[in-house]
Amino acid sequence: MKTLIMATAAAALAAGSAVADVKVGMITTLSGGGASLGIDTRDGFMLAIEAAGRDDIEVVIEDDQRKPDIAVQLADKMIQSEKVDVLTGIVWSNLAMAVVPAATAQGLFYLSTNAAPAQLAGKGCNSNYFAISYQNDNLHEGAGAYAAKEGFKNTFIMAPNYPAGHDSLNGFKRYYEGDLAGEVFTKLGQTDYAAEIAQIRASGADSVFFFLPGGMGISFLKQYADSGVDLPVVGPAFSFDQGILQAVGEAALGVKNSSTWSKDLDNAANAAFVADFQQKYDRLPSIYAAQGFDTANLLLSAMDKADVNDDAAFAEALKSADFASVRGAFSFAANNHPVQNVYVREVIKEGDIYTNKIVGTALESHANAYVDECKM
Amino acid sequence: MSTILIIEQVLNGLQSGVMLFLMAAGLTLIFGVMGLINLAHGSLYMVGAFAAAAVAGLTGSFVLALIAALAAAALAGAVIETLVIRRLYDSDHLDQVLATFALILIFSEGTRWVFGSFPLFLDIPDALSGPVTLPGGIEYPLYRLALIVAGLLVGIGLWVLIERTRVGIQIRAGENDREMIAALGVDISKLYTLVFALGAALAGLAGALVGAIQSVQVGMGEPVLILAFVVIVIGGIGSIKGAFIGALLVGLTDTLVGIFLPEVLKLFMEAAPATSTGSAIASMSIYILMSLVLIWRPSGLFGARA
Repeated sequence: MKTLIMATAAAALAAGSAVADVKVGMITTLSGGGASLGIDTRDGFMLAIEAAGRDDIEVVIEDDQRKPDIAVQLADKMIQSEKVDVLTGIVWSNLAMAVVPAATAQGLFYLSTNAAPAQLAGKGCNSNYFAISYQNDNLHEGAGAYAAKEGFKNTFIMAPNYPAGHDSLNGFKRYYEGDLAGEVFTKLGQTDYAAEIAQIRASGADSVFFFLPGGMGISFLKQYADSGVDLPVVGPAFSFDQGILQAVGEAALGVKNSSTWSKDLDNAANAAFVADFQQKYDRLPSIYAAQGFDTANLLLSAMDKADVNDDAAFAEALKSADFASVRGAFSFAANNHPVQNVYVREVIKEGDIYTNKIVGTALESHANAYVDECKM
Repeated sequence: MSTILIIEQVLNGLQSGVMLFLMAAGLTLIFGVMGLINLAHGSLYMVGAFAAAAVAGLTGSFVLALIAALAAAALAGAVIETLVIRRLYDSDHLDQVLATFALILIFSEGTRWVFGSFPLFLDIPDALSGPVTLPGGIEYPLYRLALIVAGLLVGIGLWVLIERTRVGIQIRAGENDREMIAALGVDISKLYTLVFALGAALAGLAGALVGAIQSVQVGMGEPVLILAFVVIVIGGIGSIKGAFIGALLVGLTDTLVGIFLPEVLKLFMEAAPATSTGSAIASMSIYILMSLVLIWRPSGLFGARA
């Protein structure tokens, strides 16, 4: 197991900083099937840390191999022997559920760069837990709102049969107003969607909503494009991410997807982020990189305001969200989850590269459905 | 539920069945002839898909991509047989499982090292893209029809090879009694390398053909490998005919139960629970099928050994 200890090699001390050093433990997926997501998270996070050039923050990075048991072991090791103050980086909700409650119960801060399951937003919320990404339902709610706005009357909806898949369809239905032509749960990891596409064709639907992250989405889109069914397709950003789009190719062109971030979002922080990321890593950033970058900047902003050992003050500093987010206007709702816009993007081709551009806003200053359940 | 939908789903089941057959044929040959459990068979499937994607990206030709997939997988198969597998024929199955599992990890991380973590692009050739209208007004993707035909042709080719050629006689003899055919002067180690490379090439071909409609990524072979094991257990270990029938059974069961069970359940219960119960039972359907077959015939449908 490789341990990467990256101390930022900056000569200059941040002027007048008298607060203690902060040690960050990043647990993310760097090998196996979901590695591209973890690698983007890490690269976005480290881009911000290195740009800050401070020597009062140290980051320890470990690979969870997308396995909950490994993530728990790593968290224990980081808490007990590395003595980290802040944990971050987990991509998958099932891993987050295994690590986060135990970590916050031991007084650590957990800053989520991606996973934000409903349990941790509602009854299981904690003053030391912040989701910088979104609440898991947000993108699906955005897709539902977009479908309602577009006037879709008979949508066929589809997601894998696991907790996040059920949350996805519920999130979509929360804002969608028409009827359902069909509701299908596919197998997790399924690669052939011929049977579902035949059902879509036979259902008389006027549109399709799907949540199929990673390779599942690549397979579905390629097969859908070849099937001769040409109903409009809507999905959350996960199947249209920068790393995936090149593998989908032309089949994704024109598809609408909901996202809280896009590389063409018009604000100074985002323009600088996209340019710096491309220069350093020679590829376009993804939403995971953007969320990693924002998480690091939020942490740095809180370090300027409070001592990490003073839980209440540090939590308050985090909650003030006093940093320039690449997503533009950004604040925290009462349950420490973002209030932000959910945009609609369209897949386009720029030169040889497939990417997204923003075509509208699905939900403005949107929080989440669990704020009232959270009693901190 | 229209007839068109049912016919379309049967075609889908056939298509996934014949592709499974390409995987299962190699697996069952290797087990039948050498008595070896090869968990790394899924990695050879992945090697085929990656070789095809790389060559298609460079040359733009799907035919060259398929040739590259066959060659790369056969070569990878021959190399691991000579370097690793050869030492395992006399060990017990646990050692074989351990060693071939290690090969999975080496292949996966090696592929990531060469190609990176992001999925690769491999598309259907233009000549085969888009749907065709079949008699009865069924619209069906041409590429999937081509897959069914290709799978059946490979199946016939394998049957001719095993039943009608000298190499085939040696392979069948090897299944029955390897000491005896060695005593009769057949170069058994060359035969083993050949069978292993043949099995690998079939897996690589399946990877490339399926890769064009799915995603070409690290770890793509393992889910298929599990299905292929179910197929050879149902068909009877070592039997090509069993692998063929088993693959079609698994393909059809998997597709048809997944679609029609939720619909049937909706007749008895409400829509939402029917959908989730139906999907849950459907994902178990092939394992239920396997248990039923094993209760009826403990050595599989066409298994020779009890």
